[in-house]
Amino acid sequence: MPAFAPLRTHRDLLANLTLRELRGKYKRSALGWAWSLLNPLATMLIFTVVFRFILRVPVPVGDPSDLQVFAFFLLCGLLPWNFLASGLAGGMGSLIGNANLIKKVYFPRALLVGASTGALGIALIIELSVLVVALLIVGNMVLPWLPVVVVFVGLQTLFVFGVAMLLAVVAVYFRDMEHLMSIVLQLWFYATPIIYPISEARDALSDQPTLRWLYEANPMTRFLSIYRDLLYNVRGPKLSDVVAVVAATAVSLVVGSFVFWKLEPRLAEEL
Amino acid sequence: MSDGPAVVVEELSKRFRIYHDRNQSLKAAAMRGRRARYEEFWALDDVSFEVPTGTTFGLIGTNGSGKSTLLKCMAKILRPDKGSVTTTGKVSALLELGAGFHPELSGRDNVFLNGAILGMSQKDIQRRFDDIVDFAGLERFIDTPVKNYSSGMYVRLGFSVAINVDPDVLLVDEVLAVGDEQFQRRCAEKFADLRAEGKTIVVVSHALGALQQMCDQAAWLDQGELKKVGSASSVVDSYLSSLQVNQVGESDETRSGTGEIRVVKVELLDGAGQPTTTARTGDRVTIRCHYDAHEPVRRPVFGIAVHSMDGVLLTGPNLKDVGQIPDVIDRPGTVDVIVERLMLLPGTYDIATGVADDALLHVHDHWHKALRFDVLPGTPREAVGGVFSMDAAWSVLPDDVEADPAPKRAKAAKVANAAKVAKAAKVAKAAKVAQAAKGTPAKRASQTRP
Repeated sequence: MPAFAPLRTHRDLLANLTLRELRGKYKRSALGWAWSLLNPLATMLIFTVVFRFILRVPVPVGDPSDLQVFAFFLLCGLLPWNFLASGLAGGMGSLIGNANLIKKVYFPRALLVGASTGALGIALIIELSVLVVALLIVGNMVLPWLPVVVVFVGLQTLFVFGVAMLLAVVAVYFRDMEHLMSIVLQLWFYATPIIYPISEARDALSDQPTLRWLYEANPMTRFLSIYRDLLYNVRGPKLSDVVAVVAATAVSLVVGSFVFWKLEPRLAEEL
Repeated sequence: MSDGPAVVVEELSKRFRIYHDRNQSLKAAAMRGRRARYEEFWALDDVSFEVPTGTTFGLIGTNGSGKSTLLKCMAKILRPDKGSVTTTGKVSALLELGAGFHPELSGRDNVFLNGAILGMSQKDIQRRFDDIVDFAGLERFIDTPVKNYSSGMYVRLGFSVAINVDPDVLLVDEVLAVGDEQFQRRCAEKFADLRAEGKTIVVVSHALGALQQMCDQAAWLDQGELKKVGSASSVVDSYLSSLQVNQVGESDETRSGTGEIRVVKVELLDGAGQPTTTARTGDRVTIRCHYDAHEPVRRPVFGIAVHSMDGVLLTGPNLKDVGQIPDVIDRPGTVDVIVERLMLLPGTYDIATGVADDALLHVHDHWHKALRFDVLPGTPREAVGGVFSMDAAWSVLPDDVEADPAPKRAKAAKVANAAKVAKAAKVAKAAKVAQAAKGTPAKRASQTRP
């Protein structure tokens, strides 16, 4: 089908660029891909010590799984969060880092952002697989829910891709975007129930309806709620969460691709 | 192949912004209410022309004339501000070789990566993989990370991938001069193949001689404006005549020696004795060196040297070789080097001049790149390329025929280079047919003309 030929070559290019990201990432490091797992494990250990043993954050009980282990509770949120944080940082740098390529060859530039996001999405799947094995060992029968998990990883990848597209082109025009984003990501990290259960935040914000509404509107809160339902509680996600993340992903993709499409033509000159 | 033009450039204009104080920060933007102050600069201004399908098209002009910008607009890397560029078929641009290579990945992985970037599908690359590696001559190193490649290997692999993309329109920006002699020859062959296959090639180059020989048509750009478009030879001719002074600027690096005598000016004179900067193969030319002597100098030896653009010394005659050393020189004058028939093939050449004592030990004056000139196709004409013509005559004789009384000619054919022999084989075949028909030996094959 000749009409689809360009699409097919673009798909091949996306695959190749993604492979470049994946292969290049841990090349020459002795532990290689193990770093992808060691990193969240180290964060998990630190956070467990600080938040569980020093600050004594309450550990929610899985319903209906009855699981009550802070490390698992944390990882179910931390892994998707890490994907967002590294996806936005990586996507933002993907155009600037490939300036030479953009100036010399024509191809749809969004593929660079897509490859950066896609590679990290694959890393998330690997990390989650290890987590799933650990969960199975402690008795969380998550296997039936795995296809649903994969769907939401895909949805989150699209969400991250949309925001990353926006950040990537804007960063070309305003380089301080990178520094600004590191602050925004810190704020976002604590505004998302990663190291504490969402119930604590709801209690604290019970007499502040505006703040609470804002808090609940955070798409990452919804994504994490879904991941925890599926993996920690072992039950289906709440419909309201699903509607929220689908809407957030749609907005992210529409806004991201619109801004990208607007600013893309002059990229080769501005870089 | 369709009959329409492969590339249509219509009223194309491209504007660049030259920023004065660019800091790209949000704060600066907020303070000024806009991004940064800039001046506009039109790199291309209302350019229109067509490149017919299946032709080789040259873009010429001085540095900064907009050639590369135009090429990038054709490659869709830059978006025109006004007008449009329409291309038919698959376009591939050779603007940089090995763009997107990842240094840590092997040559093999990079072939797939680079091929995909240039618009090949996975299947295409798999099918052509052996050709690509073979053409680059890197079979042994294909699984080595490219960071360990020499720069030559790097560009060879890049070129090999790019040339195997199999485009309908190929855009080339001065990248032909990569690799060693052997690789360059293979590149030239590959281009000839592409032309024979009816592909359209648009090439930017400063090597006017080669460009004139290779291209059917050309366009001349000057400061973003289209000056002339038409047959390659007429466009190159008018471009050259516009460059009134073709001399390479004199600087300290190009001049050395103690300075008792200086060559102050070098001219190329055509057959009529008029100064020029171009000549055709086979023309009668004179290289005139004007000198100035500050003090009497005994027995100075004048010499010249002709270099190709890549710095290879082609010839370096001097007055001592011919035994015509003047006794003393104490006032300004000229030295003429009279060349009855210029045996240089089309290309660009540099002349250097030198004045030394009669032992050639003390250098009074040495002027590197004193004059640059272009040689255009003349007679003899040789399609294969090279630097000089041996002006050989040819003779083809079957074994069973008595040698004719002109054995010198037969010898000339034997020393001809391999490429010519290949051509001669074809001539021989034709000659044999002719001979069979006529029953007489073909005495002298004419020089091959493309």
